[in-house]
Amino acid sequence: MSEKRSADNRRVMVRLLAVAGLMFGFGYAMVPMYQKFCEVTGINNLLNADDPLRNTQVDTSRTITVEFDANLHGLPWSFKPGQTSVAVHPGELVHVVYRVSNTRDHPVTGQAIPSYGPQLAAAHFRKMECFCFTKQTLGAGESREMPVVFVIDPALPKDVNTITLSYTFFEVAGTLAEPASKPSRPGA
Amino acid sequence: MEATHVHGAGHAHGDDHAHHPKGIMRWITTTNHKDIGTMYLWFSFAMFMVGGAMALIIRAELFQPGLQYVEPEFFNQMITLHGLIMVFGAIMPAFVGFANWMIPMMIGAPDMAFARMNNWSFWLLPPAGILLTASMFVPGGAAGTGWTLYPPLSIQMGIGMDMAIFAVHILGMSSIMGSINIVTTILNLRAPTMPLMRMPMFCWTWLITGYLLIAVMPVLAGAVTMILTDRHFGTSFFNAAGGGDPVLFQHIFWFFGHPEVYIIALPAFGVVSHVIPAFARKPIFGYTSMVYAIASIALISFIVWAHHMYVVGMPVAGQLYFMYATILIAVPTGVKVFNWVATMWRGSMTFETPMLFALGFLFLFTIGGFTGLVLSNTAVDVQLQDTYYVVAHFHYVMVAGALFSAFAAVYYWLPKWTGHMYDEKLGQWHFWLSIISFNIAFFPQHFLGLAGMPRRIPDYALQFTDFNQVSTYGAFGFGLSQLLFLYVVLKAIRGGEKAAAKPWEGATGLEWTVPSPAPYHTFEDPPVLTESKGHA
Ligand code: HEM
Ligand SMILES: [Cu+2]
Repeated sequence: MSEKRSADNRRVMVRLLAVAGLMFGFGYAMVPMYQKFCEVTGINNLLNADDPLRNTQVDTSRTITVEFDANLHGLPWSFKPGQTSVAVHPGELVHVVYRVSNTRDHPVTGQAIPSYGPQLAAAHFRKMECFCFTKQTLGAGESREMPVVFVIDPALPKDVNTITLSYTFFEVAGTLAEPASKPSRPGA
Repeated sequence: MEATHVHGAGHAHGDDHAHHPKGIMRWITTTNHKDIGTMYLWFSFAMFMVGGAMALIIRAELFQPGLQYVEPEFFNQMITLHGLIMVFGAIMPAFVGFANWMIPMMIGAPDMAFARMNNWSFWLLPPAGILLTASMFVPGGAAGTGWTLYPPLSIQMGIGMDMAIFAVHILGMSSIMGSINIVTTILNLRAPTMPLMRMPMFCWTWLITGYLLIAVMPVLAGAVTMILTDRHFGTSFFNAAGGGDPVLFQHIFWFFGHPEVYIIALPAFGVVSHVIPAFARKPIFGYTSMVYAIASIALISFIVWAHHMYVVGMPVAGQLYFMYATILIAVPTGVKVFNWVATMWRGSMTFETPMLFALGFLFLFTIGGFTGLVLSNTAVDVQLQDTYYVVAHFHYVMVAGALFSAFAAVYYWLPKWTGHMYDEKLGQWHFWLSIISFNIAFFPQHFLGLAGMPRRIPDYALQFTDFNQVSTYGAFGFGLSQLLFLYVVLKAIRGGEKAAAKPWEGATGLEWTVPSPAPYHTFEDPPVLTESKGHA
């Protein structure tokens, strides 16, 4: 290969290497470029926090009294609400508990069924978490606190000021061998 | 160049074997473009087998819903390694191998411009292949991110991820060195009488591919380096905990990633632009428009990257822009398909194996192009993103496109490399087995995707079972058919009918003016092209 030719080759190589080097830098330059672009166009702003967290849907102008009730249907358990009533605003997230214990010397499985008074409140009573979503198995003599998490829909008709949430536990037949309660799942 | 007269081709050089070592050292130290091309091709085939075995593990697991053979973590690792190995280990090295073997002979050059660097670019590959394969056996296993290496997962994984990053660095270096070599060779070493616009089409596709590689491989290297420093050196490019943005990685990755698909496709176009004219016995239709189509595909490929990211939450204006820009690529691609078909129009065609694979390419790549067009529509892609429809789409363009074109190239040039004709009957068997099993494997995946089956998932809902079983049968058929390919190639290397210097009646170009098998050194003195028009 002639001297001239290899000099030519080397010149092309140097240029192409320079392009490769520049493009490596360009990859890094994209970081501030994208940041600037998003800043100018106002999209994807990661540095400013979003609006301070607050629930815009709580209707503080109304207060609803929610009363709790507990019944057993043929179950050898004791079953009571942790509180007889709470005062809540529509839209507010509320946590309450129920206490249950198995007075027998063998495991028993039960399923709680909720009901509401007045009945039309049912459509506005949103349970996020409830022991009634799944069967509950209590071992011999076992006691438990079981949570209910709910929100009352602000669309609740104006004339409803008190809601009664009532649970009835039924024994589930033929489930003695079932494992203890699985993680509960919403939607039941 | 039917009427081309060539001087200086294929001289017998008495000193051929005087100055290179024998045995294994010959291959380690060689700077000969033909030796290096051969090594690239064997490396590529080995990686194709490894990546193929991984694909079959994936398909075996997907034969039934539920988990049968592998753990989900291992399944993800197979997906990742299969993708990386096939793209960077099998397809790209195959076409670099063809470039090494054929470009110097096509342009009448004695060797590549930087013969020593050529040796280095090849020998970087095996360590990268070993790193990737060995990463399966380290604690925590290989990268499980998919070949796209998205954070946050890629920031969290174990040492296997570092090995994958390091492998990508090495592969990138190899590609850049290889591309510099190819571009310089094409620009500087052409026979003095060969202007650029009379250069064979394969050289044109590689010239532009070389530029693409030099432009985007460094960007990929930058992106994985950022992951590396996020992992170990406390930077927060993508690490949200430190104020970084994981979506930024996708933008950088796909700035590399979309041109990458044309890096794979363009040399495949080049091969087909040789094979179709040879077996239609007509010069390529619309040479100039072909060159402009390649160049515009390459340019547009830089401005469409975010069609892979329609669902990251970009503004509607952004979605519309990327959609229209992507659809625009269909125009030059359509020009190419039109030209190939027009080349065959009223040609006197015969259907030897290379032509069969080229036609298989044409037919199936076009299907893949159409599904790509479907996916480019944002509203549709929102549904199909990350489903098996996408898997079907890119296997039509990568397997039936790039891989079939590579098979066409091997059958077309095998007589030149080995000096023997391959077994035509077995070659045709290979073609028919491949194309049928390919379609059995991948066509049903369109339906799976449309029905909502997600990709990169080891388990699926019951209703997807039937199509998945069909697909798995096809995949194993395809895998086994490739053993036949290996047999045909080995058979041609060991013997067979002597090949003439120009074994294909309609073939044109300087490579057919040297004897078969091509002597170790060709065109030590540049040939003189005396015919004024016509090109390969
Ligand atoms: C025997 C032939 C092949 C079979 C049966 C096969 C099968 C598969 C399967 C089952 C997947 C996983 C899809 C998913 O769940 O996401 C996959 C992914 C992939 N394949 Fe193949 N494949 C084959 C050949 C190839 C070739 C030749 C290439 C490259 C040129 C390729 C490139 C890819 C890529 C890039 C992915 C995506 C990996 C990822 O999701 O990160 N495949 N293939
Ligand atoms: Cu793309």
